[in-house]
Amino acid sequence: MAELSYRDAVARGIAQEMRRDPSLVMLGEDIAAAGGVFKTTVGLLDEFGPLRVRDTPISEQAILGAAMGAAMTGVPVIAEIMFSDFLAVCFDILANQMAKTRYMTAGQVTVPVVVRTANGGGSRFGAQHSQSVENWTMMIPGLKVVAPSNPVDVVGLMAAAVRDPDPVVFFEHKSLMARKAEIPEGELVDRLGTARVVRPGRDCTIVAVALMVERALQAADELAGDGIEAEVIDVRSLVPLDARTILDSVVKTGRLYTVEENPRLCGWGAEIASIAADEVFWDLDGPVVRIATPHIPLPAADALEDETIPSVARIYETIRRTADQ
Amino acid sequence: MSIEFDPGLIDYAQRPPRLPQPVDPNNDDLPIALETRLELYESQLTLRQFEKRAYDLFLQNLVKGTSHLSLGMEAIAAGFGKAMRRDDYSFATYRGHAHTLARGVPLGPVLAELLGRANGLLEGKGGSMHLTSVEHGMMGSYAIIGAHLTIANGAAWSAQLRGTEQVSVCFFGDGTTNIGAFHEALNLAAVWDLPVVFVCENNLYMEYTPIDLITAVENPAADRASAYGLEPIIVDGNDADAVYVVATEVIDRARRGLGPALVEATTYREQGHSRADPGKYRPVEEVAAWKARDPIPLYHQRLLRLGVPEQDLTTIQQAVAGRVDEATEFAKSGAAPALELAMKDVWADGSAVWRN
Ligand SMILES: Cc1ncc(C[n+]2csc(CCOP(=O)(O)OP(=O)(O)O)c2C)c(N)n1
Ligand SMILES: [Mg+2]
Repeated sequence: MAELSYRDAVARGIAQEMRRDPSLVMLGEDIAAAGGVFKTTVGLLDEFGPLRVRDTPISEQAILGAAMGAAMTGVPVIAEIMFSDFLAVCFDILANQMAKTRYMTAGQVTVPVVVRTANGGGSRFGAQHSQSVENWTMMIPGLKVVAPSNPVDVVGLMAAAVRDPDPVVFFEHKSLMARKAEIPEGELVDRLGTARVVRPGRDCTIVAVALMVERALQAADELAGDGIEAEVIDVRSLVPLDARTILDSVVKTGRLYTVEENPRLCGWGAEIASIAADEVFWDLDGPVVRIATPHIPLPAADALEDETIPSVARIYETIRRTADQ
Repeated sequence: MSIEFDPGLIDYAQRPPRLPQPVDPNNDDLPIALETRLELYESQLTLRQFEKRAYDLFLQNLVKGTSHLSLGMEAIAAGFGKAMRRDDYSFATYRGHAHTLARGVPLGPVLAELLGRANGLLEGKGGSMHLTSVEHGMMGSYAIIGAHLTIANGAAWSAQLRGTEQVSVCFFGDGTTNIGAFHEALNLAAVWDLPVVFVCENNLYMEYTPIDLITAVENPAADRASAYGLEPIIVDGNDADAVYVVATEVIDRARRGLGPALVEATTYREQGHSRADPGKYRPVEEVAAWKARDPIPLYHQRLLRLGVPEQDLTTIQQAVAGRVDEATEFAKSGAAPALELAMKDVWADGSAVWRN
């Protein structure tokens, strides 16, 4: 067991897969010599050399296009888009090309690409470098979407994403980069489409991803002091979605809360709320409540950013106020 | 104060025509084997007759949706198709029928795809704008301007990594030179020395707007080449021999690891942009002059000058006509796709399942 940070876990997961599959390559801006803007790819150039770990120009379309073209001709690729906000610059390649080509060609083309990108707020970077954009990608048929909340999941889900033959968008949360955890020795391979109950409870279900998972857990601890036992589920994989784990929990607790960092409109929690309304409505003891960032661009100032992204206090208070209504 | 409008800018059909250059008479003497020339002739005829048939089938309302023909532009697809190795990669746009057929993809399934039938190349799920046949190296037809230049780079990168000496050839229009992806793709191809050949089919119009009105340079591709350290190459896109010679040269260079090329092939589409477009924004005289420069009669005359008996050419024409008829029967006989197909092949496991 070695203790690794979330950012080191990214490099560890990639290295594990590049050792296993000598054809796997990666590309992105400043990922090779500099080890990445978030230092998530440190050491990979040294181990795998400049043919497999390539620095690119600031050309997000060319990066994702190259990844797709290589992947569809037999070379699997991990591509980095530095900040997830920049997905907007190359969204055509992601949303229209990678995602749809298999379907449009009746299965002739396979696109084994992982698009890694730094996502989320908390860094006081303002509205163009802080967004949580999981929902931009999960609404596109043909894209898989994962957002790990801890170093162990980073390694295992990275392996699962690389081994998955479909395009996977892999969101690495900027505010989790320094979090540490013991990582088991040996190969770690997780499964996409599996949520995890990270805290059992009988009174309500809280679903969260990435940075919101630890906040949900802290809120749950506080709620326990008031006699409310919350079950916390780390969704981990938004597409495919482990709806079963979530619905089973809701049937047990009768209450569902989503904790979402994305702006509220059409956030990922809306789909989960809708599934719950469709399928376990009669098991619910009250309305589904979404705790999300308001529908605003994120402000830069720390006071404002802290006020808008769901905090432990807001999660706690919202649940406290509504749990026994 | 009043602003005066140049009426030529309002009605493009009133602008001075942009006329074709005359055929280079020396092209008769290009060092191309007669056998190859007969294949180029047959290929051009196949593309022409196929698309004319596709057009007839629109008129019978059997082809649904849109369709973009390359009537008048066949020499480019034929010339490059012939110059490519079997395992080279083609990337085309929504105007991709000719590039698909030029790689040897059978006519029947392509036509059936246009008709939305189950026996179509893509089982009816792609349609006219997305023709793809991986087994023929035809890696797809892409309907959003610019993207496929970057994807063609990726295929070239993969060939470079795998050491296969395959070349990726990417076709696109003059209008495409003004989108960012074009510039991103050329720069990356140049700095990575990718074995990729970019072929701009300059048919003088983007959709309905003359290219010279919206482009800062006269030759939309060639005048940009120097920005990426590439040679400016302009070829007569209505002469299959000229295209074939240039194609052979740039593909060979790329194959030998000497890097990418950007070729601008001058041509003209004889019809509108797509099925819905009568093409009225073009000067009548211009359309007439380019029709008189149609690549197929030009090639026919050349073969006669080179001593091929008219009878041999007639035999080829008849053989092609027979294949187009057969393809039509094949396409029309296809059933509508089974409805289950709509829910297939989103994911590599064949399913469309996104949750448990
Ligand atoms: C990004 C994007 N913008 C606009 C369009 C609509 N559109 C389709 S074809 C076309 C014209 C393209 O012109 P050109 O590159 O010269 O190709 P041509 O059709 O002449 O072969 C346009 C504007 C599109 N498909 N994609
Ligand atoms: Mg054009």
